Amino acid sequence: MSAVMNASKAVWTRVCLLEDIPQLGARVVKSAHGNIAVFRNAEDEVFALLDKCPHKGGPLSQGIVFGRKVACPLHNWNIGLDDGQAVAPDHGCARRFALKLEEGSVFVDLA
Amino acid sequence: MKKLKLVMVGNGMAGVRALEELLKIAPDLYDITVFGAEPHANYNRILLSPVLAGEMTLQDIMLNDVDWYATNHITLHLNKKIEKIDRVARKVVAADGTEAPYDRLLLATGSNPFILPVPGATLDGVISYRDIHDTNAMIESAAKFQNAVVIGGGLLGLEAANGLKLRGMNVTVVHLMDWLMERQLDRTAAGMLQKTLEAKGLAFKLKTQTAEIVGSEDAGKAGRVTAVRFKDGAEVPADLVVMAVGIRPNTDLAAAAGLYCNRGVVVNDTMQTYDPRIYAVGECVAHRGIAYGLVAPLFDMAKVCANHLANFGIGRYQGSTLSTKLKVTGVDLFSAGDFSGGGDTEEILFNDAIGGVYKKLVLRDNKLIGCVLYGDTVDGGWYFQMLRDRQDVHEIRDHLMFGQSNLGNSGHLGQNKAAAMSDEMEVCGCNGVCKGTIVKSIKEKGLFTLDDVRKHTKASSSCGSCTGLVEQILSSTVGGAYQPAAAKNKPVCACTEHTHEEVRRVIREQHLLTIADVMRFMEWATPNGCASCRPALNYYVLSTWPHEAQDDPQSRFINERAHANIQKDGTYSVIPRMWGGSTSAAELRRIADVVDKYKIPSVKVTGGQRIDLLGVKKEDLPAVWRDLDMPSGHAYAKALRTVKTCVGSEWCRFGVQDSTNMGIDLEKDLWRMYAPHKVKLAVSGCPRNCAEATIKDVGVIGVESGWEIYVAGNGGIKAEVAQFLCKVKTRDEVLEYAGAFLQLYREEARYLDRSVHYVARVGLDYIKSHIVEDAEKRRALYARLRFALQGEPDPWRERFEGAGKREFELLEV
Repeated sequence: MSAVMNASKAVWTRVCLLEDIPQLGARVVKSAHGNIAVFRNAEDEVFALLDKCPHKGGPLSQGIVFGRKVACPLHNWNIGLDDGQAVAPDHGCARRFALKLEEGSVFVDLA
Repeated sequence: MKKLKLVMVGNGMAGVRALEELLKIAPDLYDITVFGAEPHANYNRILLSPVLAGEMTLQDIMLNDVDWYATNHITLHLNKKIEKIDRVARKVVAADGTEAPYDRLLLATGSNPFILPVPGATLDGVISYRDIHDTNAMIESAAKFQNAVVIGGGLLGLEAANGLKLRGMNVTVVHLMDWLMERQLDRTAAGMLQKTLEAKGLAFKLKTQTAEIVGSEDAGKAGRVTAVRFKDGAEVPADLVVMAVGIRPNTDLAAAAGLYCNRGVVVNDTMQTYDPRIYAVGECVAHRGIAYGLVAPLFDMAKVCANHLANFGIGRYQGSTLSTKLKVTGVDLFSAGDFSGGGDTEEILFNDAIGGVYKKLVLRDNKLIGCVLYGDTVDGGWYFQMLRDRQDVHEIRDHLMFGQSNLGNSGHLGQNKAAAMSDEMEVCGCNGVCKGTIVKSIKEKGLFTLDDVRKHTKASSSCGSCTGLVEQILSSTVGGAYQPAAAKNKPVCACTEHTHEEVRRVIREQHLLTIADVMRFMEWATPNGCASCRPALNYYVLSTWPHEAQDDPQSRFINERAHANIQKDGTYSVIPRMWGGSTSAAELRRIADVVDKYKIPSVKVTGGQRIDLLGVKKEDLPAVWRDLDMPSGHAYAKALRTVKTCVGSEWCRFGVQDSTNMGIDLEKDLWRMYAPHKVKLAVSGCPRNCAEATIKDVGVIGVESGWEIYVAGNGGIKAEVAQFLCKVKTRDEVLEYAGAFLQLYREEARYLDRSVHYVARVGLDYIKSHIVEDAEKRRALYARLRFALQGEPDPWRERFEGAGKREFELLEV
């Protein structure tokens, strides 16, 4: 998977190996932007979102991952991993971070 | 891949609901085209009565506007009536020549009102009551004319009569039968209804047959209606006649295309007609010989049809039990099932003629088969649920008539009658939702089910104690269209059609050991389930096949993955186990040291006689556990929580049994036991019951001659007193009986059911037959529990010794 990136601004930072993230799970990356949740689903797709549910700020990294969604552990809002959007009828959006996978390593754009 | 073409004929509630269901599960499978004969998009036909009564407008009752079709890429042809189905060329042809080819065709042509074949039936001013066009005609007539006659004293006729009266007309209702709504009401309830409606100003002529509709003649041309004449020669003046004597499934199109029709278009359990490419749903169909005219069964059909169109092929429509509610403001009436009684049935009656309350419950073989409620319909949903679930009611028979007691429910000011609440009053205390918000959402968004309301308003989506209230609001807002979900057939979640019971049975019979195996074998609709079904499946495989099935931590809620309780700020709470609520100076010192060392902000004594350390950072958890050097309290898990004890005979001057040590023994016996939900126990050393054992899943109370065992109590949302199971003599017996009961619960309950829900469903007699009356079964159950718990580790120790490290480690960059 390769993310579309703005070559002039992107700051690709290696965060871990793909295997470091459990399938259907997440890890938390400490960054200047706050905690970032890095998810891996059953198809080995990886996604990065700010670790804050748009509802009440719950840590999305701690939720159950299914398909391309995560269920927030606090009040069970479902958040799309690819777009950060809450699944209707809930409204809200978690900030996304660009991410790429190269030779088994996960890189997040921390610009 | 080229998409298949799906054409729908008819643009009513049933058909559009089928499309909605289809789009939900297979959004990209079909190119969809819809033909509607009416000029409007899809509106909520069952709310025509409030429109007629002036309580709502057409805009209020639109379900899907034209934009909805556009958004979902559906080609919509309004005002186009399909005249012909060409099954050979597989296309439909409209009156104006428009053609549309199909791969699958969905007929949802609805029904036509039945017009009495009497002279004058075609006069001006004689109408039926079926669609927005009829409704508008009535509203216009009411503005110009004085006298209306409604022929037909059924549900629709009475709603029409009520609406016309509210719009200022003199209304006479003519009914052929002995009493009103004879298909939904018995004579007594119908009499009370008639009285109420007469007080509102309606006039009735029962047992009366219409002979002729008399009209003015205008130069030989039929003019407008002037009166209605009856068989007995009497006449009533009329400027408007509304015929509401029944409906006929609209089968013309299907019959002309050579599809087999009989009453309606005949369909099988997957809603297919005799031509398997052609489906039919709604009022136009005959299923197992029945044509339905109420909206709720139509929704069930829509769901099955969509499921089949999406190639899932697991749903079947097997007919519906119906309930009715009259949408006349100020009249509370509910009926369901077979209420006529007689034969081998038994009746329970409540009749307060002065107070205007009448209730009749009809039972056969200890099951509720029908009910009629007049004046107080609060418990309609509850009765209907039992009726559909064919629940055995003999244990609650003595208080069945008095309804589902909501006493002890918390979170909504003790209210239990939605009708008596004002719009500003709070219904759902958890999410702060008031009645007006719920009503508004139901109307504006066209919601019909409890799940819809939960999704859109959040009401009743947390603790669920207001579910009864929300159901009442739903049923009073949408009337008979609201059908409580049949708990027995309720699927685990949207990922499957299978129920919890089916899933458990298949796991047992097929020896399935992983979540993936279950999903594959039972044809799950989603690749890896959702946050509802995965934890349930994980529990089911583990509890059915202990020591064989492998735990999947990613399918556990975070608390059970981190072995601590997540708090609102993302930190965790730690509650170490204190056997039977007993501790020591050494333990307390270690706890104090841990609090200092890890700067834990808050320490609190819990209701379960333990100590809670709040605000622990996740990455500190393993070290905190190591330093505490106490076993996991499982306060975070669907598992054995605490065994609460009183002081007992060792110190207490009243104590007759050593409750503290009994509690410790029980806790050590059951420790590390996972269950469908949390499990709490308590042991009291005398009947003063200081440990509050009668609100626990298992409560044990010491008496002079031994121990009394109580089961299925609950102290939460809805306080429930535990039921007496039996009395035993020895400590070992207490362990065996309690363990066997909990094992039965572990093996048979639905995930997230507390023991009180499980026992309410199977009945205490069933529990006794396994635990008290059959020693062999009891011993086998207890042995299975012992086997399951054998070698089960302390999760905290495992982790501070190094297991599952990465769960607790942050990634630094």
